[in-house]
Amino acid sequence: MLKIESKNVNFNYGDFQALHDISISMKENTVTALIGPSGCGKSTYLRLLNRMNDLIDNTHMNGTILIDGQDIYDKNTNVDSLRKNVGMVFQKPNPFPKTIFENVAYGLRVNGVTDKKEIEERVITSIEQVALWDEVKDKLKKSAFELSGGQQQRLCIARALAIQPSILLMDEPTSALDPISTSKVEELIYELKNKYTIVIVTHNMQQAGRVSDNTAFFYMGKLIEYDKTKTIFTKPTIKQTEDYITGRFG
Amino acid sequence: MKTNFKQIKEKIIETILMLSSAATSITVVLIVFFLFVEGAGVFNKKPIDDGFLLAVSAENTVHKLQPSQIKDIYDQKITNWKELGGKDQAIVLFRAGDITDYYTEEELGENFEFFPDKINELVAKTPGIIAFFSDKYKAKDFTGRELDIDKIKVSEFLTGEEWFPTAQPIAQMGVKPLIYGTLWVSFGAILLALPIGLAAAIYLSEIAKKRTRSILKPIIELLAGIPSVVYGFFGLVIIVPLIQSTFNLPVGETGLAGSVVLAIMALPTIITISEDAMRNTPRAMKEASLALGASQWQTIYKVVMPYSASGITAGAILGIGRAIGETMAVLMVTGNAAVIPTTLLEPVRTIPATIAAELGEAPNGGLHYEALFALGCILFIITFGINMLVEVVTNRKSHKKH
Amino acid sequence: MSAEIKLAKKKKRSQNIAFGLFTLTSYAIVALLFVILAFIVIKGIGVISWEFISEMPKNGMTEGGIFPAIVGTLCLVLVSMVFAFPVGVLAAIYMNEYVKDGILKKIIKQMTNNLAGVPSIVFGLFGMSLFVNKMGFGDSILAGGLTLGLLVLPIVIRTTEESLKAVDDTFRQASLGLGASKWETTSKVVFPIAFPNVITGLILSIGRVSGETAPILFTVAAYFLPKLPTSIFDQAMALPYHLYVISTSGTNIEASRAMAYGTALVLIIIVLISNLLANALRKYYGKKVKMN
Repeated sequence: MLKIESKNVNFNYGDFQALHDISISMKENTVTALIGPSGCGKSTYLRLLNRMNDLIDNTHMNGTILIDGQDIYDKNTNVDSLRKNVGMVFQKPNPFPKTIFENVAYGLRVNGVTDKKEIEERVITSIEQVALWDEVKDKLKKSAFELSGGQQQRLCIARALAIQPSILLMDEPTSALDPISTSKVEELIYELKNKYTIVIVTHNMQQAGRVSDNTAFFYMGKLIEYDKTKTIFTKPTIKQTEDYITGRFG
Repeated sequence: MKTNFKQIKEKIIETILMLSSAATSITVVLIVFFLFVEGAGVFNKKPIDDGFLLAVSAENTVHKLQPSQIKDIYDQKITNWKELGGKDQAIVLFRAGDITDYYTEEELGENFEFFPDKINELVAKTPGIIAFFSDKYKAKDFTGRELDIDKIKVSEFLTGEEWFPTAQPIAQMGVKPLIYGTLWVSFGAILLALPIGLAAAIYLSEIAKKRTRSILKPIIELLAGIPSVVYGFFGLVIIVPLIQSTFNLPVGETGLAGSVVLAIMALPTIITISEDAMRNTPRAMKEASLALGASQWQTIYKVVMPYSASGITAGAILGIGRAIGETMAVLMVTGNAAVIPTTLLEPVRTIPATIAAELGEAPNGGLHYEALFALGCILFIITFGINMLVEVVTNRKSHKKH
Repeated sequence: MSAEIKLAKKKKRSQNIAFGLFTLTSYAIVALLFVILAFIVIKGIGVISWEFISEMPKNGMTEGGIFPAIVGTLCLVLVSMVFAFPVGVLAAIYMNEYVKDGILKKIIKQMTNNLAGVPSIVFGLFGMSLFVNKMGFGDSILAGGLTLGLLVLPIVIRTTEESLKAVDDTFRQASLGLGASKWETTSKVVFPIAFPNVITGLILSIGRVSGETAPILFTVAAYFLPKLPTSIFDQAMALPYHLYVISTSGTNIEASRAMAYGTALVLIIIVLISNLLANALRKYYGKKVKMN
């Protein structure tokens, strides 16, 4: 079943056109990796999926993006509900200056969950889901800043999972982490894909190869090639893709 | 030889620069020194006008009185010497002007030449008397006894409930009504300015488009540039009559008028500082919140405001500091009644306004003059404390960041 | 699902109310400024004429002009700046170019902050005690100007320091690398680059000085003095004090109202001009630097 469908998406920062005519579809419960050199538009595209680019002044988007068949850029779309359904994990871990517990509970509270017991249960489940429970169970009341970088990033993933999204966007989620933390997050992605549709932007070719089902290669604001990860990495049809993957540029 | 000259020149220049940079420190030290030296004088003088005295009958066993006791005597709150540790005898109040109640004009003489004798006689024959009169009416063979008056104590100065430095026989130097007046007006101002200022700061930092912000910000900063005397004038001709008619008051010059004018004046400080603090909230923090489905408003009050809380607090405290020290605008609109206020709808008097209004009339070096410098000390201490508080609040923030 | 829509609606509604309120408040503040300005301009514009700014006050200050007050304020600005500008600039140079981070710098910074926080009436007390009485200047332009100079000193220091900080370090390194001494580097390279911003600070300080009343109450200001000062030891009238006097305690407050509006307008014009000038300068030089 198609989860995300983009049709002819163009995007401008002022006069600069950052995305040209992107059309791409993603199936439910798959992991799609977006790769390409810096400034190729992959992050911009990712941030269109939860309308994060709305926050930037003087930008313009046209084209259609459907999620579950609904046009998310439709006038009647409620952006808050969209973002509740489309979770996001950022490049650098960005926990709030609150306790570990409150970080995960935040999304529930802003989305109208008031029942104390329910909040507690869902916070615990989410932390368990990211395999962080054993490490933090004794310090839920401590500041999230006391955790290591890798733990913080997993906490941020737990925070995103707590509000039960169906899509998870990850913007280079391991670029600020050490190798051990990185492999933990990758394992996590692998497990999460049963339940969520995941779109991940990454600079790391090996990572894309390890975690994703499909891979899209962006270059200079254009979608160059989009196929099964295996195909892209073994026999890409376009030369640019091959050059990038084999490390000839980028 | 040449390099030597150059080195000396560099050294001289550096010394000049260093001395210049010491100017502010020296000024602060000098301000403290002069303020406190002049202000301390008030506690070294008897609170009675130069050249006047208080006398009692020689038989009276009371020798020394405190300023507050003398006030109570003349206010007729104390009516018997026994309350002051003396004999059981009613107190008879006497001021020089009362002499005609006792003697005819003929008895006093055409040019009051018998005045001293008659006072002497009166004091001698009235055991319960307390007489206040000028030195020049003190007879050479005066048989009464001059009362010893205690100096004003610091505690009396701070807790006294009446400010009337030119009162006779005894100057009233209680700063309590002035401190209350200052605090009432200032806190009233902050109560008005803080919500308004915060709202504007939120709008400027979180809601307004870049272009709108670049237009509004200089306009709001312009508010800070308008001289306080112009605000005072505006308050006088617009706000004061408005308050008078709205609340149906006998006079519009009230604490509220002061608070409103000060609120307008404090706005730019509060807005600029809180806006800066809010804009310092990391973008990642805001995005994290929005990505979780929080609305922009939820993000503002759950993430941005807590994150910038110390900056906002600093802005508010600084605003209070400015309000407490503001002179002209307050002087022009508060009505300057030195009474302890019970509501903001009556005239009040602040410390700076008192100094401004009275220093011109206080003889140099006199008790009143020194009392006003003592007020200056209090004001300095309060604003200094507030500055320190701001320092602590902002430092705590930068500490937390690391 | 309907619960979700309900929640979304609720969130939207509270956001709309809050944002509406904030927007309204912000524009209300702007409106307030315009009300104050418009009010004084409308009431004062009719009063302003060549006679008003060039003549002596007459008839218990209910007629005539405010010439001596304008001259007095000019004198005060001049004296205060002659003192505060060089001292402030030199102090800022020392702070930014010479002294290293440490306890000394911290103390100087703290003291400058403390001085900036002293209420203006306290400056008045201090100026009276030191300049008028101890040093025997009497009520004079010198005493008042110096008091005002001390008051703006922290502002001059702060703006100059910011201008110096904005100068890129590579300029300093380039000059020092060519064998220039510290002072040569500062005076020939760093300061000229910072100069336009320093001047901006100076202009803003002038605006501030011309509007201050409390510090001059007991150090210089004359209630009514229909002649021009001839030396810095003379008393003088001054615009802000004049406005205070004729609006609160003149011989006939009602009759001098028109004069008061005129004086307020002149004061506002001075502040507006200094603000606009400073902004324009900042923009002009800001562009020029970017172009290079």
